Amino acid sequence: MSLTFRLAFRNLFQDRLRFVATVIGIVFSIVLVIIQSGLYLSFERMVTTMIDHAPADLWIVPLGTKCFEDPSLLDEHDREHALSVQGVVEAIPILIGFTQWTVPNGGTTPVFIIGSDGDGAGLHPWNFVEGSLAALSAPHAVAIDRTYFARLGITGIGDTTEIREQKAQVMAITSGIRSFTTTPYVFTSLDPAQIYVGTSKSRVSYFLLHVSKDADLIRIRQQLQARISKIEVLTPDEFRNRSRAFWLFGTGAGAALFVGALLGAIVGTVIVAQTLYSSTRDHLAEFATLRAIGSSNTYIYKVILWQALLSAVIGFTLAAGVAIVIVQLTAETALPIVMTPELTVGLFLLTVVMCIVSAFSAIIQVMRIDPARAFTQ
Amino acid sequence: MTEPVIQAVDIVKVLGKGASQIQALRGVSLTLACGELILLMGPSGSGKTTLLSVLGCMLTPDSGTVRVHGQSTTDARPKDLAKLRRDHIGFVFQSYHLFPTLTALDNVRLALDIRGAPAKSAIAKAQDVLATVGLPHKMNAFPGELSGGEQQRVAIARAIVGGATAILADEPTGALDSENGHAIMTILADIAKDPSRGVLVVTHDPRIVPFADRIIHMEDGRSYAALAS
Repeated sequence: MSLTFRLAFRNLFQDRLRFVATVIGIVFSIVLVIIQSGLYLSFERMVTTMIDHAPADLWIVPLGTKCFEDPSLLDEHDREHALSVQGVVEAIPILIGFTQWTVPNGGTTPVFIIGSDGDGAGLHPWNFVEGSLAALSAPHAVAIDRTYFARLGITGIGDTTEIREQKAQVMAITSGIRSFTTTPYVFTSLDPAQIYVGTSKSRVSYFLLHVSKDADLIRIRQQLQARISKIEVLTPDEFRNRSRAFWLFGTGAGAALFVGALLGAIVGTVIVAQTLYSSTRDHLAEFATLRAIGSSNTYIYKVILWQALLSAVIGFTLAAGVAIVIVQLTAETALPIVMTPELTVGLFLLTVVMCIVSAFSAIIQVMRIDPARAFTQ
Repeated sequence: MTEPVIQAVDIVKVLGKGASQIQALRGVSLTLACGELILLMGPSGSGKTTLLSVLGCMLTPDSGTVRVHGQSTTDARPKDLAKLRRDHIGFVFQSYHLFPTLTALDNVRLALDIRGAPAKSAIAKAQDVLATVGLPHKMNAFPGELSGGEQQRVAIARAIVGGATAILADEPTGALDSENGHAIMTILADIAKDPSRGVLVVTHDPRIVPFADRIIHMEDGRSYAALAS
């Protein structure tokens, strides 16, 4: 073990109470950053869940669509125009929209309808725990997620209700398809969706396009734009980015999470800086002695940086432990906190950077020590 | 003739600014030769500690020259002064200035570690020097577990372990009883017998006068005639 490390370790642990306070500060700070970042990641994923699960090569969306939940509509007849473009194999209409679900006491609760045909090539539910996609072809059949049973007043498969005063029967149940808006998703086929949402038969939200394997996407987009007015043709990535941009930054939700994470990092930096500063202050005589006996500045910086790194490693390890528990506790909630390996590595690096930045106040303090002080103390 | 360990010529040093300015050294000259032990005596405020700081390359003089092992400190950068201290000067402080969180062995080893010495040889050398100062059985003791005399021995071991040729001691017996003070001075006098080393001791303690080869008296920033012991 290097002497600089040993000195740093013992300086840090000499005042255990202060060290515990520091570690608690770092843990709170990092947990806050983890929660904010985890929520951000989770939110980022959830706002594109439907786009991620739609097997589209291209999307035709109404001009100016900001996100998947956008209420703008297309003309169903545009499907014929889309299919007339060479290379387009299929154009599956999808209808989305908010409507009212009748709960057992006669009241209603809002739901978000996703209606799609396409026998697997459209936008359908996934993670079935009961029932199947085929069951949705029955009249009035809908699929809901089991997370929303209580909210929707459903006890299991076969239960019936009314959506916008039209009969609906739960024929399939999924797991883990939750909405970040907290409004439950209700999957059905296109015709009942139009009834439930209350749009005419000629109106749909999107066309989900499948193209032939050797198709030229650029040419197809150009031809679709030329033949159909008031639409945009987007790749899944473009649609995802647009949805993310709207929900994360257009609404300010992402900015709020980002600012929360930033505040966490700042608080952590200040806490570590305060500790390293006071620890260095307590050991000024020793640092003065080091300078007096000819130690280089680099040697002294090593001692302080080791203290910073030790604080970072210990603080992050404990914070990661707390975060794992939080991740597990939120796994089944509407907005689970996501912790990916990349985020973990990134946050560890952030903690290290935070602690190293904190060390500057101590380093500046040490640089000002007069080595002759060793004679006068 | 052997080169002096430290040679200071006509040193002037002003401390403070404005109304609080003090001329701490007014043309002091001093030579510390190899194999000698000098006592620097004088009342408080006479400039002893300032002179020790200048000789120890912690302060640079406003005028005059200091040579350590033949190297001038004039216009030297702080990092060059640090290197001079590291390579040639060993310090012994009145209040020991040991690291309370390190063992005696590590305290001594520290002086080698800052020189970049490999850990294994540094440990072996630190053990040898601690044995030399009479503490072979206290290597793993922390300063808080040692008596004042023992702590000062560790400080002396730290000062000499790196091969410093000039040992500058500031009141090394100031915090010790007469028995321990005598023991410490015996060790410093033994070090001064090494023909490659010189020892300069700042002191108020008349009990240690018999250990001196020369005594320099200071008053009002000036040095006065050396007295032979």
